[in-house]
Amino acid sequence: MSGTPPPLLEAFGIEKRFGGLTALSDVSLKIHRGEIYGLIGPNGAGKTTLFNVLTGLYRADGGRFQLDGRELSGLKPHQVAENGIARTFQNIRLFANMTALENVMVGQHMRTRAGVFGAILRTVGTVREEERIVHRAHELLAYVGIDRHANTTARNLPYGDQRRLEIARALAMQPKLLALDEPAAGMNPTERQALGQLVSRIRKDGTTVLLIEHDVKLVMGLCDRVAVLEYGKKIAEGVPESVQRDPAVIAAYLGTPRTKEETPA
Amino acid sequence: MSDTDTSFLKSRPAVWAGVALMAAALVVLPFALATVGTAWVRVTNLAILFVLLSLGLNIVVGFAGLLDLGYIAFYGVGAYAYALLASPHFGLHLPFWIILPIGAMLACVFGILLGAPTLKLRGDYLAIVTLGFGEIVRIFLNNLSQPVNITNGPQGISLIDPFRLGSFSFRDNQTFLGLTASGPIKYYYLLLVVLIAVVIVNIRLQDSRIGRAWVAIREDEVAAQAMGINTRNVKLLAFAMGASFGGIAGGIFAAIQGFISPESFVLVQSIMILSMVVLGGMGNIFGVILGAVLLSFVPEILRYTVQPVQTTLFGRVLIDPEVIRMLLFGLALVLMMRYRPAGLWPSKTRRREFAPRNGREGR
Amino acid sequence: MDIFLQQIINGLTLGSVYAIVALGYTMVYGIVQLINFAHGEVVMVGAMVALWVITALAGSGTTLPPLVIVLIGTLCAIPACMAVGYAMERIAYRPLRNAPRLAPLITAIGISIILQHLAMLIWSRNPLAFPQIISNPVFHLGGATISGVQIAIISLSLLMMAALTLLVYRTKLGVAMRATSENPEIAGLMGIDVNRVISITFVIGAALAAVAGVMVGTYYGIAHYTMGALLGMKAFSAAVLGGIGNLAGAMLGGMLLGVVEALGTGYIGNLTDLCHVSWISSDLAERCAVDGHVILFGSNYQDVFAFVVLILVLVFRPSGLLGERVSDRA
Repeated sequence: MSGTPPPLLEAFGIEKRFGGLTALSDVSLKIHRGEIYGLIGPNGAGKTTLFNVLTGLYRADGGRFQLDGRELSGLKPHQVAENGIARTFQNIRLFANMTALENVMVGQHMRTRAGVFGAILRTVGTVREEERIVHRAHELLAYVGIDRHANTTARNLPYGDQRRLEIARALAMQPKLLALDEPAAGMNPTERQALGQLVSRIRKDGTTVLLIEHDVKLVMGLCDRVAVLEYGKKIAEGVPESVQRDPAVIAAYLGTPRTKEETPA
Repeated sequence: MSDTDTSFLKSRPAVWAGVALMAAALVVLPFALATVGTAWVRVTNLAILFVLLSLGLNIVVGFAGLLDLGYIAFYGVGAYAYALLASPHFGLHLPFWIILPIGAMLACVFGILLGAPTLKLRGDYLAIVTLGFGEIVRIFLNNLSQPVNITNGPQGISLIDPFRLGSFSFRDNQTFLGLTASGPIKYYYLLLVVLIAVVIVNIRLQDSRIGRAWVAIREDEVAAQAMGINTRNVKLLAFAMGASFGGIAGGIFAAIQGFISPESFVLVQSIMILSMVVLGGMGNIFGVILGAVLLSFVPEILRYTVQPVQTTLFGRVLIDPEVIRMLLFGLALVLMMRYRPAGLWPSKTRRREFAPRNGREGR
Repeated sequence: MDIFLQQIINGLTLGSVYAIVALGYTMVYGIVQLINFAHGEVVMVGAMVALWVITALAGSGTTLPPLVIVLIGTLCAIPACMAVGYAMERIAYRPLRNAPRLAPLITAIGISIILQHLAMLIWSRNPLAFPQIISNPVFHLGGATISGVQIAIISLSLLMMAALTLLVYRTKLGVAMRATSENPEIAGLMGIDVNRVISITFVIGAALAAVAGVMVGTYYGIAHYTMGALLGMKAFSAAVLGGIGNLAGAMLGGMLLGVVEALGTGYIGNLTDLCHVSWISSDLAERCAVDGHVILFGSNYQDVFAFVVLILVLVFRPSGLLGERVSDRA
């Protein structure tokens, strides 16, 4: 008997192979409601692969995972999304030629209902829904701090704002779990700090966050718990302080002086 | 989404005046054309049919980015559905308001049948498969006269009923308030009404949740999936919508012509419609209309100018205007792709797509 | 007469032509990932030019032996087609190399239309009789027959395939071609003139197409300005069947498609003869008693086979028999 609620996301023994290469072997993890869960590890450790498995882009060769008690393994990306996992991409995948506003409007696709006939007949319900979509899109853009760019074409946004837009678009899906794949990549220290604040705020407002990040400092400062992947295996998990002291982690990842004091290039 | 700038309709009165003027011109047009020759009214009617087809194809190619080279097959399905159900061939004479929906449904089913297994293919392969599908439909139309005569083979089907509402037939001449409206003129007004309806449907679709999903898929399919968009279904929807538009246009075509044969549903026609969409500006409704009108009228104008010019210059026709038309048409496609790939009047999204990139490359 | 053997022979003849044309599609695809939709028209140009030259020579009262005349016709068709292939790549495709996929495809359609109608202007809008000046002896083989032209087509095709294979796998140019198809950027860094390699690929494909054009013209005895479109589509289907981008695949796919088409055409009438099941209705039985056959799909469906094969392959095995994967996922 325990008073704590069941975890939001649970993954058991996830396996993924590409040809002869094992990208993930027996990875299990639990993400609790309302926490920021960090996933770190050296390049090629399998972080993004795990991400792609958890969002349905890859089919796992073994193991399973569930969100909120519902089995999601084997589902297609759009089904995983419907069930409450939203993601961003390491190499930004916005709808480059749509405006920022339109991008966030697309993000609300599965939380809205208007179909072909509603659109053609322009029923009262459809018009109201459309108004709500635009309103909500502006809200979300303001939330991540780029509403002034609402009508800018996504690909013409400054780089940092593209990252923010991707987050806004993912939030538009009203996810239970927001999965961010290296959201701070390519940002300068000021931008990183601001991004950290945004992520904290998202959590405070009730969305659980799964974060892949290269910048150890950012992860350690932000995350409640951290898992470390190396060669497709989970080698450590726990609160940042204990993980940081874990000899296996130090050897694998923080061992060399250069990465220990990692600073943005 | 502000893709077609429909917002301007809400603004300046000057624009409203322009719209009113245009409407007036469209109303008077057939009578003006009829003074030159009824043939021009017929040409205009065919042009409107092509506009309808282009708008249907635009949903598939322009919005959803799926290249369909067999689109004419759906037109053929609609036309044959009408011809078989309203002609002496089977002795059936159902009213048009029953057949047109049937034709649209049938075309829609064909669209789904074609789309369901093929939509996962990459763009150029999809193009070839749809082309093959179009050819198969044509070959069947040509040969389904044996052993049971369904399509009457290459001879086609004639004596197809015109549209009738009670005793009002669209084919006969009719004098009304001193004005004589010939059959083509009556069809013109019918087509105009259909056209306006189709344009409204297109604009509304484009500015809707579904329209955004189509563009999103065109832009980045993986990201669209990650947004929870069921890309397969949404693509199928585009295919089905486009096909049913084709089916309706086909039914009207059969009624207007009174005769159809497989000759009208050949690959060149598919290519022609695709070119209208591309030339005008994929994804932009008004651009597509422009493209369809241009490509429908220019050949006719050529027919009436090139021939006399050649006869006066050389005493005989050296080059068939049809050939000149096709040569110009091929050249236009090549040059457009090279110098103005987004079309004469591109949609905003497409213009951005073909424009030189900036911003992101630096990082 | 042994229908099966006969259809196999006919199928291999046509299949050889498909294979030669399919090689053109597959080589270009392998190097620039472009479906050169206008490739079929090059075949047509080859047939037309050869027809022109052969007719002129044969009508000039020359004493040259017929075989030499055909050879001269072919040798004129080859450079003409090479020029067309080169111009096509240079003028239309090269500027579009980084454009969205739709652009080169539509350009190719435009080129097809232009080439067809130019041919119609130069030659005729009517089918032209391909001069049959070489004697065409017929040999008996089992219960079937094979003509001299058929033997020539099959053996010449095999010869060209062998030559092309040697070129690609045994020469410096071949290495450059394979390198470019693997990765044009790296090939460029290695000192390979990528543009030149791409041009040469188009030109070689066009030369093969020219020979194919002469073959088809001689085999069917006619040439027409629209002959390239359908032939091109079928050859493309063959390339996809074998696995686009793969040389051996194109050869295999071509032969296979030819045989499938010939056998299909030969047997479909019999297979879909409703008189096999005339018991299902008395009307049918009556008709069968009178006509002997009630054929559902006859040999007039010949052209459907290639498209059906194409669609089936793309749906169920998009990588073809020997090739890479073509479906679109990230």
